[in-house]
Amino acid sequence: MTGVLVLALYVGAFFGSFFLARIIFKSAFEKKGFNKLKTVTFGDESAITANRVASVISVITVFWLWVAFTNSAIPLPKFPGPFSGDMTFTYTAELEDGTTDDATVSVRVYREDIQQTLDAEGNPGREPEAAEVEPGEGFAKNDTLTVARYSFKVINVWSNDEVSKKDGSTVVAINGQPIAAGEKISIPEGKVGLTDKGTPTFEPAVGLRMARLYLPAPEVVFQRFIWLNKEGYQGYTLLEHTWYSLKRVLLGFLIGAVVGVPIGYAMGLTGWARGWFDPIVEFMRPVPPLALIPLIIIWFGIGEIGKVVLLFLAALWIMIIAARSGVSGVAISKVHAAYSLGASKWQILSKVIVPNSLPDIFTGARVAMGVCWGTVVAAELVAANVGLGKMIVTASKFQLTDIIIVGIIIIGVIGFAIEVGMRALENWLIPWKGKS
Amino acid sequence: MSGLLINDVSMRFDLPNGGHVQALKNVSLDIKSGELMSVLGPSGCGKTTLLNIVAGFLAPTEGQIVLNDEEKIGPGPERGMVFQQGALFEWMSVRDNVSFGPDMKGMSRAESKENVEHLLDVVGLQDFKEKAVYELSGGMQQRVALARCLANDPDVILMDEPLGALDALTREKMQSLVLDLWKETGKTIILITHSVEEALLLGERLLVMAPRPGRVHKEYRLPFADMGVGNDLREVKKDPKYGPTREEILEMIWNMEEEIMGRTEESA
Repeated sequence: MTGVLVLALYVGAFFGSFFLARIIFKSAFEKKGFNKLKTVTFGDESAITANRVASVISVITVFWLWVAFTNSAIPLPKFPGPFSGDMTFTYTAELEDGTTDDATVSVRVYREDIQQTLDAEGNPGREPEAAEVEPGEGFAKNDTLTVARYSFKVINVWSNDEVSKKDGSTVVAINGQPIAAGEKISIPEGKVGLTDKGTPTFEPAVGLRMARLYLPAPEVVFQRFIWLNKEGYQGYTLLEHTWYSLKRVLLGFLIGAVVGVPIGYAMGLTGWARGWFDPIVEFMRPVPPLALIPLIIIWFGIGEIGKVVLLFLAALWIMIIAARSGVSGVAISKVHAAYSLGASKWQILSKVIVPNSLPDIFTGARVAMGVCWGTVVAAELVAANVGLGKMIVTASKFQLTDIIIVGIIIIGVIGFAIEVGMRALENWLIPWKGKS
Repeated sequence: MSGLLINDVSMRFDLPNGGHVQALKNVSLDIKSGELMSVLGPSGCGKTTLLNIVAGFLAPTEGQIVLNDEEKIGPGPERGMVFQQGALFEWMSVRDNVSFGPDMKGMSRAESKENVEHLLDVVGLQDFKEKAVYELSGGMQQRVALARCLANDPDVILMDEPLGALDALTREKMQSLVLDLWKETGKTIILITHSVEEALLLGERLLVMAPRPGRVHKEYRLPFADMGVGNDLREVKKDPKYGPTREEILEMIWNMEEEIMGRTEESA
């Protein structure tokens, strides 16, 4: 239900902000530069540039939806939250002879994450004491209850009564409304009901926001990020977890490239090498690296070597194929021209084939780095002592959703940074790409 | 005897279906040192195959290529190539492209500098020598290709439609440049072209080839190349002999094309 609401809001934001932004940020919708005088842009892909206003609003929308559906302290419009604080309801007890008596239950609903919420001195919060109430008149006495948000409690209202349940006292009405066993009555603060055996229950209203266990608020995740940097998790700081993952990727990728590129060149240059490696490459290429994890663990254990071997295998086939297609992409006229200029085979390789294949190798390297990054996290999920994947999977066992989200964000940011970095490196190292 | 001898060259390609194509049959040519020869012919007449054989990229099924009394097998720096386009090394600057041949020989940059600078002057690229080749226009790129070939000081320059991808105006300028370079360097040049006008203007000798099997159909000795050196090529075209020769050759090629079409229709 909430999912449909989120989707509806997201789609609404897409169209709504388009019409709003078109009025407010007129200049962002104007065609610029070379496209200014084009009358046809629909269907002309080259005339389409990303509207940065849309990008900004898109990110803000996701952030706002995150805030709106959590118990965040950030002052943005939010959906109705769970009930929190004090409330009372009345129950009516009836004896076998028909005499009735009313008593109240004073309920104190507290934050479900009270123990994870630190005060100004850094001490965790404590569950509140129950309110103090007078016992009241009659055989049914007033009761107190403390219950956390998003949870549910059964109240033994007879514990302090003069007539116990065993002796024939039953609850027949809540706030004057008749109720039978197994039924529930909605009140603004939540739901009061009776179990199948007739014991009252109270379930505070949850509203539309998610409990911290399911989706922690942005500031909670941020605080966790700071905490992870300072305190660490499972014996390693966040930076160490990240560095271990990154180190495995870099090492596995580099070995894969150092081994794969010469094999790819050999496959592009000699029939023997192509025949020799073709079956292996074609066989291994479609095998997802994740499928190798069990075997790698059996062979190499869960230590560093196993991870690096796995990432090496993830990068190897990609780099072989990239180098091979780099060789086949060399225009024959360039090779002919170089031979006619007196180049030896070695010079053809080093001066013509290697530079000419760099764009393909770089494309392969970008793909390989992406695959390696995905694989390392998955490998750590299965077995590791340290690393971002390990951090996430351990946190999930303790239901520390905020650590999981910190991990996911860092994995995404680093994956993005790898891509941006590789592109920048590509533009710097091979400016001739796509310009021959 | 100095010069290039194409001695009874035949080329037969075997097809995977068991048939074969006779790309060249008994082609014999004696090209003197310093001669400028243009080669014309309809598609499929084997002119590019002939050039690749002379360059050493293909071995003929029969016959030999003899350069300065020495049989040539495989490519070598004494036979330079200029391709239509795309044969420059785009990861190198203009100057590095031009000095590629000397670099391959192991000449130091200091040794080759004078010659490279001179050639950059000759082709008019002195101001562009630090640029990457992909930043240049098509005409400028072909100037680089010419200079790169000359820097290696080959005995024969083989040009495979070197100006085919250029626009008409640039092409005219480049034709003048080729003529000037020919006169200045005294190189033997074989130039393949699709353009009858270009063949007339840039051919001291003009070879018309015929297809199926590829062979020499007719040979002309023409005065236009000598007339064009240092002169406006448009003036050369006003020569009384130019028009009729052009018409004759056009007619010849037109008939060959008609014949090919006819044969194709018959076999269909």
